[in-house]
Amino acid sequence: MFESLSHLVLQQYWWIIISLLGAILVFLLFVQGGQTLIYTLGKTDMERRILVNSLGRKWEFTFTTFVTFGGAFFASFPLFYSTSFGGAYWVWMLILFAFIIQAISYEFRSKPNNFLGAKTYEVFLFINGALGTILLGIAVATFFTGSEFFVNEMNFSNWEGAAMGLELALNPHNLSLGLAIFFLARVLGILYFMNNVDESNIAVRTKKQLIYNAIPFVVFFLIFVVWLMFIEGFAYDPVTKNVSYESFKYLHNFLQMPIVLIIFLIGVLLVLFGIGKSILKNCSDGIWYSGIGTILTVLALFLIAGFNNTAFYPSTFDLQSSLTIENASSSKYTLKAMSYVSLMVPFVAAYIWFAWKSINNKKIDKSEMEEDIHIY
Amino acid sequence: MIEHLDSALVNWSRAQFALTAMYHWLFVPLTLGITFIIAFMETIYVKTGDPEWKKATKFWMTLFGINFAIGVATGIILEFEFGTNWSNYSWFVGDIFGAPLAIEGIMAFFMESTFIAIMFFGWNKVSKKSHLISTWLVAIGSNLSALWILVANGWMQFPTGMHFNADTARNEMLNFWEVFLSPVAINKFLHTITSAYVLASIFVIGVSAWFLLKGREQLLAKRSIIIAAIFGLLSSLFLVYTGDGSAYQVAQKQPMKLAAMEGLYKGTKGAGLIVVGMPTPGKELNDSNDDYVFKFEIPKLLSFLSYRDTEAFVPGVKNIVEGGYEYVDEKGEKHLAVSATEKINQGKLAIKSLREYKNAKEINDTEKQEESLKIFNENFKYFGYGFLNDPKSIIPNVPVTFYSFHIMVGLGFYFIILFVAVIILTFRDKLTEKRWLLRLAVFTIPLAYIASMSGWIVAEVGRQPWTIQDLLPTVAAVSQIDASAVQITFWLFLLIFTALLIAELKIMIKQIKIGPKEGGH
Ligand code: HDD
Ligand code: HEM
Ligand code: HEM
Repeated sequence: MFESLSHLVLQQYWWIIISLLGAILVFLLFVQGGQTLIYTLGKTDMERRILVNSLGRKWEFTFTTFVTFGGAFFASFPLFYSTSFGGAYWVWMLILFAFIIQAISYEFRSKPNNFLGAKTYEVFLFINGALGTILLGIAVATFFTGSEFFVNEMNFSNWEGAAMGLELALNPHNLSLGLAIFFLARVLGILYFMNNVDESNIAVRTKKQLIYNAIPFVVFFLIFVVWLMFIEGFAYDPVTKNVSYESFKYLHNFLQMPIVLIIFLIGVLLVLFGIGKSILKNCSDGIWYSGIGTILTVLALFLIAGFNNTAFYPSTFDLQSSLTIENASSSKYTLKAMSYVSLMVPFVAAYIWFAWKSINNKKIDKSEMEEDIHIY
Repeated sequence: MIEHLDSALVNWSRAQFALTAMYHWLFVPLTLGITFIIAFMETIYVKTGDPEWKKATKFWMTLFGINFAIGVATGIILEFEFGTNWSNYSWFVGDIFGAPLAIEGIMAFFMESTFIAIMFFGWNKVSKKSHLISTWLVAIGSNLSALWILVANGWMQFPTGMHFNADTARNEMLNFWEVFLSPVAINKFLHTITSAYVLASIFVIGVSAWFLLKGREQLLAKRSIIIAAIFGLLSSLFLVYTGDGSAYQVAQKQPMKLAAMEGLYKGTKGAGLIVVGMPTPGKELNDSNDDYVFKFEIPKLLSFLSYRDTEAFVPGVKNIVEGGYEYVDEKGEKHLAVSATEKINQGKLAIKSLREYKNAKEINDTEKQEESLKIFNENFKYFGYGFLNDPKSIIPNVPVTFYSFHIMVGLGFYFIILFVAVIILTFRDKLTEKRWLLRLAVFTIPLAYIASMSGWIVAEVGRQPWTIQDLLPTVAAVSQIDASAVQITFWLFLLIFTALLIAELKIMIKQIKIGPKEGGH
């Protein structure tokens, strides 16, 4: 079924898949957001234990999605993989460290004789929640703001940024997305707790925290988006492949691809609706609105980064080194082979759904913490 | 292509990769094997309804959970390290190598993580049968993750199913099935997973033996020992078989690695297999020292194992560097081996003509383009040699490869004897009396890890200087970053992984001491 598609269509198909994975990943960062709130929302050991266990049953998904996002990016756009990871070395290394310390924290936290003490593992979870989200946001923001690198005629890349990626964190535009993602993750974390935890003290605190985190989220998000609409973007000529600056490029992308604009607007509205509803009413379904809204919004942002003849990984050092979905992708054969593999995704999503339904039919509460099951 | 080669950078990058891969491998084999042992036990529980089996299932599951978490923590870094530290490599082969990594994520990791959730949290929520199915799926899922990464690794040892595209300057996949079903990949996968089953069996036997020594948990320990010993024995027989398959592939595809494994400098016809021996320390390529200080060998066996012919000529390190011997390729055609110097010259010609091709393309000189592409294709076979200057640089570290190989094989045969002894004594119900054997079983746990680690050292150190056999040496694969940055991350990884390892060991030992809970935990 993929046999007849052109290389370009396959590249676009894969950019959509990458965008979707990225979007789902941002939604799943609710785990990270929740991790930064364990002490804010949980005042007693039992309360914290409930929160940790509530997140502990989901963290693997976020983690696995992140890994798969990386693997899929490697398979479909290897030049991005080699340029960004090898260049923005410190940003990625710090992100990875943040995820390494997360992976053991749940399992080790409450085990006797755990060497570092429960507190340390909780700090690990906090670091993962804060650093992981902010740095991922910064890394994604460079899709719009660009980095300094050079790709030679053999497609080997050289990073020219002085601080091996750390310079990216000093760019206020990048930082605004990083912080927006951080607060979004916290908002989603709170909405998730409202949905998943049944504990009256926690419930009271979540409401207050939701407001405290929603406000900075909206502020940073607006700063990022408004700025984005006004900056020069990186356009390339579909025939000569020559990359050049274009004023209001990302605004143009929205206007020239109205469907993407609609996705974006619906997404933003859903996020806000989920937050608003949860503040005004006593409900537990806010996570669904805001979650789906997050996926749509991020999807739209990825699409304006890579579609409509836009360089998705621009180089401000040498415009012509910028990566586009055309020059950074795998060969036609590989994309085709991988496209068959992508047909498995709905099947995977389905079994995840059914598996979770079967064990998630009831909120987590104190009594469950005393049951004879695997407790973190 | 590569302007300046910074050997400190290459060495730190290699050290970091080796460090992180070895840490990952400390935890992976137990995961691969113990999930099956757990699945066997739970199957018996569901069949018999005997709560003692459930208790055993849950006990091993707890240990598995602790090990799994740190396996995941050490895995994520490896995947991204290809990009961060081997970025030239990532481009050069990403078209082929990326695919298995992506498939691994989509197919295996999600399967594992989803059904692990049911396995741990679903005891009271799903039916017994669904739970059992989930446990089996965890075992299958973890072994599938091994499959794809080993396909990738197999391809690095024996690149196939691709061609080099001069326009994009990379290897591109031509045939997925050839990559996936390459004989190297298949042997590697089978050998590696069976080695993991052996390791997990030894782990279970060792821990159970400790209970018996302490006079605790008799029933659980004995039952676990029976399951593990049978599983371990069958696996280890298959392990020898697949190990022989691996060595056969090495002989065909990586003769230099084979020579290093055997410490063989001067090749001979009807070569013998060294059972124990000591390669001469500090031996240089052209000195007149003997290859070995002493050796005990089985005559003609190496020739037979390598080429299925007792009289076949096995080239040594010196022969491969100097060339000039006859060998038969996969198609059965005879060739005269080319010397390393000649290969280097051809490789340099390939690199030069590739560059000329690029330049000609820039100025639209089609004639020159065709001409240089022709020269390139004629010499591409030895492309990677063009990055090297010294013929001696194609020799891996011989003593390390030699000893690792012999340690692995030696231990492999020892494990078989141990499994047989344990099985016989268990069926005669004499195991608890033989305290020396129980102690030996406990002491064997670290040996299983040593054998397993040695195997990877053979495979990875033995293929130096190649990242991709004959196509891309390590020096050309590395990311162009400051050596000091890699040095810092190396120490950070060492620090953090060591801290986590200590934590894991302490928790694991504590959980073993606590033992199974009534009704399990
Ligand atoms: C418990 C661990 C264990 C044991 C007892 C053995 N192996 Fe092994 N061996 C491995 C664990 C392992 C491994 C860790 O799984 C390796 C590393 C890379 C690989 O493919 O498998 C390996 C690699 C490996 C290689 C190198 C493959 C390559 O370079 O691609 C050879 C030739 C053998 N083995 C042969 C043997 C033989 C003949 C054995 C006889 C008993 C044996 N191994 C026992
Ligand atoms: C988990 C088990 C593994 C272990 C213990 C291991 C061990 C090692 C060691 C010791 C080195 C350094 C060799 C040297 O420079 O002297 C190395 C290098 C490397 N290995 Fe492995 N390896 C493992 C699995 C893999 C797999 C599955 C792959 C690929 C899919 C792989 C890819 C590499 C690469 C890219 C390098 C760096 C380049 C090089 O030195 O050739 N390794 N590994
Ligand atoms: C150097 C190449 C390797 C890379 C890039 C790699 C990557 C990873 C990653 C990212 C994870 C975490 C997955 C998650 O999100 O759950 C992981 C775990 C795992 N890997 Fe590796 N891996 C490598 C080598 C190997 C090898 C050689 C094997 C087996 C033969 C293996 C088997 C596993 C298994 C079974 C897990 C599940 C968790 C556990 O370790 O306990 N990996 N690996």
